Amino acid sequence: MVVKNVTIFTVVLLVVAYTTLAERRVSAWIQDRRGPNRVGPFGLLQPIADGIKNFVKEETLPATASRFFFVLAPILVLVPALVTFAVIPIAAPLPTPVGVVDMIVADVPIGILYVLALSSLAVFGIVLGGWASNNKYAFLGGLRASAQMVSYEVALGLSLIAVLMLSGNVTLPHIVAQQQLGMWYAFPLSLAFILFVISAFAETNRLPFDMPEAESELITGYHTEYSAMKFSAFMIGEFGHMVTASALMATLFLGGWDIPFWTGDNAFWLDGQLVQGFTANGDVILATPTWWKTLLTFGSFSIKTSFFIVFFIWVRWTLPRFRYDQVMALGWKVMLPTSLAYVMLIGGTILFLEEIGMRWGEGYGYGLSLTAVSGAATFAFMFLLDRGRTITGAAAQRAQVVEIKTITQPLTAGNPASMAESATAGD
Amino acid sequence: MAISVKIMHRPAPETTSYLRAALSGMALTFKHMVNPVKITQQYPEEQTELHPRWRGTHVMETHADGRTKCVACGLCPTVCPANCIRLVGGEDEQGNRYPIVYEIDEFRCIFCGMCQEVCPVEAIHVGRHFENAEYTRDRFIYDLDRLMEQDHPSTLLWDPSDPSSE
Repeated sequence: MVVKNVTIFTVVLLVVAYTTLAERRVSAWIQDRRGPNRVGPFGLLQPIADGIKNFVKEETLPATASRFFFVLAPILVLVPALVTFAVIPIAAPLPTPVGVVDMIVADVPIGILYVLALSSLAVFGIVLGGWASNNKYAFLGGLRASAQMVSYEVALGLSLIAVLMLSGNVTLPHIVAQQQLGMWYAFPLSLAFILFVISAFAETNRLPFDMPEAESELITGYHTEYSAMKFSAFMIGEFGHMVTASALMATLFLGGWDIPFWTGDNAFWLDGQLVQGFTANGDVILATPTWWKTLLTFGSFSIKTSFFIVFFIWVRWTLPRFRYDQVMALGWKVMLPTSLAYVMLIGGTILFLEEIGMRWGEGYGYGLSLTAVSGAATFAFMFLLDRGRTITGAAAQRAQVVEIKTITQPLTAGNPASMAESATAGD
Repeated sequence: MAISVKIMHRPAPETTSYLRAALSGMALTFKHMVNPVKITQQYPEEQTELHPRWRGTHVMETHADGRTKCVACGLCPTVCPANCIRLVGGEDEQGNRYPIVYEIDEFRCIFCGMCQEVCPVEAIHVGRHFENAEYTRDRFIYDLDRLMEQDHPSTLLWDPSDPSSE
């Protein structure tokens, strides 16, 4: 147990460290640069060099800062980001001399509720950091973070309701097992998937929702006053959130550690037995866990998680930051009603399908019907969102006509009003 | 007085599309991400080829027997606009003039190349070189021995095949 927990924690920290490197390399590639490649082969030792640099740098403490909370804030950001990973299953169960070991740190029966509770804790760290710095920009960053994270927490939770309704259980291993028996939830719950991804971007404070940081407006927002290792703790916290959110999206919607089109890796606990699946008449097929299946499924999980991590980075270096009112409008006017309506829709569809006697996992009829309903809902959502009703701006370059107009009106130097008047008149 | 006013007709809200624009942006960045052609120059390994007339730190030319070509005529300290050359001339038994002290303060030097242009015996040259980092400031005052040791190529003040630099 201890060995497993320490290993998983170390691996998560390593992944977080290398996500910082991936961020820099991928951003460089997107900008036709090469990125850091000097420290070690392909720059692989760069995170270690960064860590050493941050440890030996001078720690500054603003004279007017509230010292206790100032030190507490990075810890409050860092710990929930890493602890959330505890309930995510990372691979198929591993047979060991002491019995079959689940590849999960803590298989707590509250599962997703634990994730939601901890992910909303992170906002306290950011708000405290912004408030304790006694700096107006940091304070504004903290305020924005609190409003934004609370707003998107709602849509995040509501998009999860659809998942919970379909799986009928809140523990993540059970959700993975359900996806192994049927299909990945990304298809039957496509709109929930999209809403969850958007909310996850807002929850992790990544672009295009990085309002709390917003370099151009707020310097760097809530961690303006932080330096050295405390700043690094904020960064590790942000990247840890990103990794955890990626793993969560992979687990909830892309089947977790499931390898597609192969039932040999399926394994879940049912009445104390490790079950691979069911025969046509309802008998259980016992699973045979082996070490190579564990490795393969871990590889599958890693690929899915890495995909989302790269997706996070890719989006960050593509989309510009929203204006704050746009973020709030998207959160409250689009995400919340959509997720509420979607919960109703999915709930009704599930009820209907159960009434006519279909069961999840018996053939694909159930999943495909839900996929059709969700696909229609996704299309409607995209269609309504795509008409510029919520987000307008520099979105349509081709429609934008630039006209150069020459005004031959005499202007005197001391008469700026006439200049402004003619400019507005021509507009 | 005429004034030009740029009028930008913003698209009406109903005609814009965030999603399509965002997706085409994602496609563009993906194209750049997988594009193997990168513009970064890997500096210490990949050197830029310097222009033939690049003017860097100085080189003093020597005769085959290792003596300096400089005859201490005093033209280069006279012409130097930054006043960075210090020259004390001497004369040996055969009546040949030679520099006793010849120092160039590379901090003061503006790399105009006039010393090379004015030199009657083609002794002092500005070199095609730019990697001048040192640990102390006094290392930037190049004395005669240091100038004679420099082995980087010297500047072509004009291209022999194109003397009027066209």
